[in-house]
Amino acid sequence: MSQAWLPLATLATSLLVVPLIFALPERAWRARTALNLGAAMIKVVLVALMVWGLYQGESYRFSFTVVRDVTFLLQVDALGLMFAGLSSLLWLATTVYAIGYLEDSPNRKRFFGFFSLCVASTVGIALAGNLFTFLLFYELLTLSTYPLVVHRGHTKALNAGAIYLRYTLTGGLVLLLGVVALHVMVGDVSFGEREMLADLGPEAHGLLTVLFLIMLLGLGVKAALVPLHGWLPRAMVAPAPVSALLHAVAVVKAGAFGIVRLVYDVYGIGLTYQLGLLTLLAVIATVTILYGSMRALAQHELKPRLAFSTVSQVSYIVLGISLFGPFGTIAGLVHLMHQGLMKVTLFYCAGNYAEELGVHRIDQLNGAGRRMPLTSIAFTVGALGMIGLPPVAGFISKWYLGMGAVQANMPWVILVLVASSLLNAAYFLPILYRLWFRPGPAHGIGEWPEERHLGRFETSGWLLWPAVATALFSIMAGLLAGLPFSPLDLATFVTAEEYTP
Amino acid sequence: MIERLGGDFGAVLLVLGLPVLLGGLAACWPPRRSWPIVSFSLLPLLALAWLAHLVLAQGGQTWHIELGSLTLQWRANGLTLLLLLLTQVITLSSAAYAPAYLLEEIGEEGKQLWLWPLQGVLTTSLSLIWLAGDLLTLYIGLELMGLAAVGLMLLPGRVDALAAGMRYLLLALVGSLAFLLGVALLLGAWGRLDLTGLALAAEPGMVLWVAVALLSAGLLLKAAAFPLHAWLAPVHASAWTPVSALHASLVVKGSFFIALQLWLVLVPEARVAAWLVGGLGAAAVVWGGLLAWRAAKLKDVVAWSTVSQLGYLLLGFSLLIGTTPQVAEVAWEGTWLQLAAHSLAKAGMFLATGNLIYSTGESHVSGLAGASRRMPLSLLSFGIAAISLIGLPPSAGFTAKWLLLHASLEAGYWLWMAALALGTLLSAAYIFRVFRYSFVEDAEPLDYRGVPWSMELCALMLALASLLLGLVAEWPLMLLRAAGGGA
Repeated sequence: MSQAWLPLATLATSLLVVPLIFALPERAWRARTALNLGAAMIKVVLVALMVWGLYQGESYRFSFTVVRDVTFLLQVDALGLMFAGLSSLLWLATTVYAIGYLEDSPNRKRFFGFFSLCVASTVGIALAGNLFTFLLFYELLTLSTYPLVVHRGHTKALNAGAIYLRYTLTGGLVLLLGVVALHVMVGDVSFGEREMLADLGPEAHGLLTVLFLIMLLGLGVKAALVPLHGWLPRAMVAPAPVSALLHAVAVVKAGAFGIVRLVYDVYGIGLTYQLGLLTLLAVIATVTILYGSMRALAQHELKPRLAFSTVSQVSYIVLGISLFGPFGTIAGLVHLMHQGLMKVTLFYCAGNYAEELGVHRIDQLNGAGRRMPLTSIAFTVGALGMIGLPPVAGFISKWYLGMGAVQANMPWVILVLVASSLLNAAYFLPILYRLWFRPGPAHGIGEWPEERHLGRFETSGWLLWPAVATALFSIMAGLLAGLPFSPLDLATFVTAEEYTP
Repeated sequence: MIERLGGDFGAVLLVLGLPVLLGGLAACWPPRRSWPIVSFSLLPLLALAWLAHLVLAQGGQTWHIELGSLTLQWRANGLTLLLLLLTQVITLSSAAYAPAYLLEEIGEEGKQLWLWPLQGVLTTSLSLIWLAGDLLTLYIGLELMGLAAVGLMLLPGRVDALAAGMRYLLLALVGSLAFLLGVALLLGAWGRLDLTGLALAAEPGMVLWVAVALLSAGLLLKAAAFPLHAWLAPVHASAWTPVSALHASLVVKGSFFIALQLWLVLVPEARVAAWLVGGLGAAAVVWGGLLAWRAAKLKDVVAWSTVSQLGYLLLGFSLLIGTTPQVAEVAWEGTWLQLAAHSLAKAGMFLATGNLIYSTGESHVSGLAGASRRMPLSLLSFGIAAISLIGLPPSAGFTAKWLLLHASLEAGYWLWMAALALGTLLSAAYIFRVFRYSFVEDAEPLDYRGVPWSMELCALMLALASLLLGLVAEWPLMLLRAAGGGA
């Protein structure tokens, strides 16, 4: 039980903020802002401390027995820290963004309260040390995001919320059944104790395969694997910071992260490979990648296009882990981080266009690059990264995916990568073309749907700087990938642990 | 009269006597605030602590009381302690809720004085049921509990309350009659009433089966078990909020407890019959959930959800009786945890519902439109209690469901797993239906009355208890294991 306080404190920063925010009156804008930003910064520092400690060989563990032989276990490993780092960093950015975005709108207290709860759940998912603890925070995430999805309170939002719940609660239930069954079979499996399932012997393989599929079904809902993705595009009615968080870190990533945990830390990549489940994952991922991209092409509004792009991009993570071999693993893990950074940038920018210019449709974006240059540069960075152009982070992901495909002897995956990159280009480049090369209202042709001048710069600083910062991070994660503490370095660290018994 | 009186019997008498005594005192000097109630309620809690100390130090206790030719048998073990604690905590919260509620919502009336002694009698009779080791004591406890409950239901004094209360009285009497017939059959056949003796003496046969059938029918009627549940919601519709909370969380549990005890003692191998009761439970889970989903009134939603949640407990019958020891062990803990979780959550939810109705003046679910804009604390309490009812982590409802799923899986009862899963989804459906209304943004602004803080606090505390119990479930369960918790 060395240094149990650090993971607990990390969890507590956002969890304790929740009652405080609910206790503050609606109009206490300053206090709430200070509280949100303060907690977000403390969390970044705490996670940084843990990353540093992990490199020094420290271990952090906190556990107690909940019931019978079920334990609540917080445990810090490199994989969890990657996710915790991503969520704490993006929480800070999104908090800044949300403060700007929701200025003068009603129900901010409710929003920020559940927002903090949502982040607490994400950090809990990252630090969870066994399936039970994971499940606990996984369900808490569902509960805390529902009020955010229906925040606007109109019929469309309420319907989207209902659909969201239908998908995620059912998914959570299926996952629960799988976890209980696994528990009955082998008892409490801490993440990393892969030998427990591997030692069961071949006669248990049939049952293990079934349980894997059940749990995959439960996790696949949040990871938006086709055909379980239906809730995601509809949840776009939520305010932009929520969409950003939902897509980049919280919900979708929780699903993907769960699949990563399931494959690497519960079953172990060796056993998963033996059971032939990696091929299945690769096929599901391929279908999702291609289907998501096609649907994205067909969208005329910015946010739905980004939503379907998320469906497609998150499956790169699944594709990466389905490639047996270190490169595939690195690709999957590093994309977990990279996709978060790039997608959050894109959503911030989409929110900025909507807030400043009232633009929702793609064909209204003509010439927006001139009116909002920084936002548009950030959007361009994110979009190019998604396509996979160097030096943005997305290039690293695709490069390693390609190498992983060769290593795993699955050359057809390279074809999938080429096809999906072409599709990515096909739905992102027209937007960039409109932004920069088509004359629009900024050139005196037509006018913006609903132009507001929110700040000194092209828009309010609260909205602008998070987008610029995450865009910068996306470039840095690509450019400085070889340095220590970069996402790639962390992913390599995790992979080394995974493949050296 | 009382053989082997001993110093330790004093603890039992205090636990039983203090609630009635305090109820009587409160009727003479009606409390106007919550703090006197809370401070006086420490007395029975202290008595309980004394009893707990005895049981934990010396293991399960049994007392024999000679009444003429009859021998009463009382006993205390880990389970008794758990149920006594639950009863006292919930009664305490509901009593602490009452002064502000009576003052603000009901107004000055002579009848409200009756609330206090009746609550005292109810607590005592429940405690008697938890302590009882023979059928006569159980019958006395059951009868007292039923009468006190009817009295509490009649308190509002309006026509609908009277009608509902009378119907309830009729049902309670029918239930008691069936129970009494069963007891008489057992007494006639084997000449004894203590459960330990009956467990040894009773032989399978027609008499035993008829007796158990009569006992169970009476008890399940009182417990509002499917399909004998129709009386439940109308009774709650007109009752006072703290009374509803007590009734839904404790009174129905009393009958369930007796039924389970009797089955374990008299027919511990009746696998098929227990499976049938489990089937009723599964049907209750689904049907109660559907009724709650369709209900238009807020209180009806909460009341029908009780039927559904009791179904989970009935599943326990089939998992405990005629199964392997491993299954029974897990199911035993799951059942009692579910009982505790539901009691706390349902009491919290009824109090929160009362607050919502009080503050909005609307009794329909649709009346909550836009309620979350003000983010009233009651809505939060309602939500926290709901987490436990749905069985989402980290609540006690979740941990209990985990154990029940574990037991069902190990026993190979796939159907029960399906029922548990369906119950989860249905309860999510009826709960989020309420929340959906609360998030409506274009509703008419509601006219809010501020809720007295003592009412808010009681609801919140109970709800939080049901939530956090899930994480520390090991404590009550350790109690269950430590001191001879078995039946």
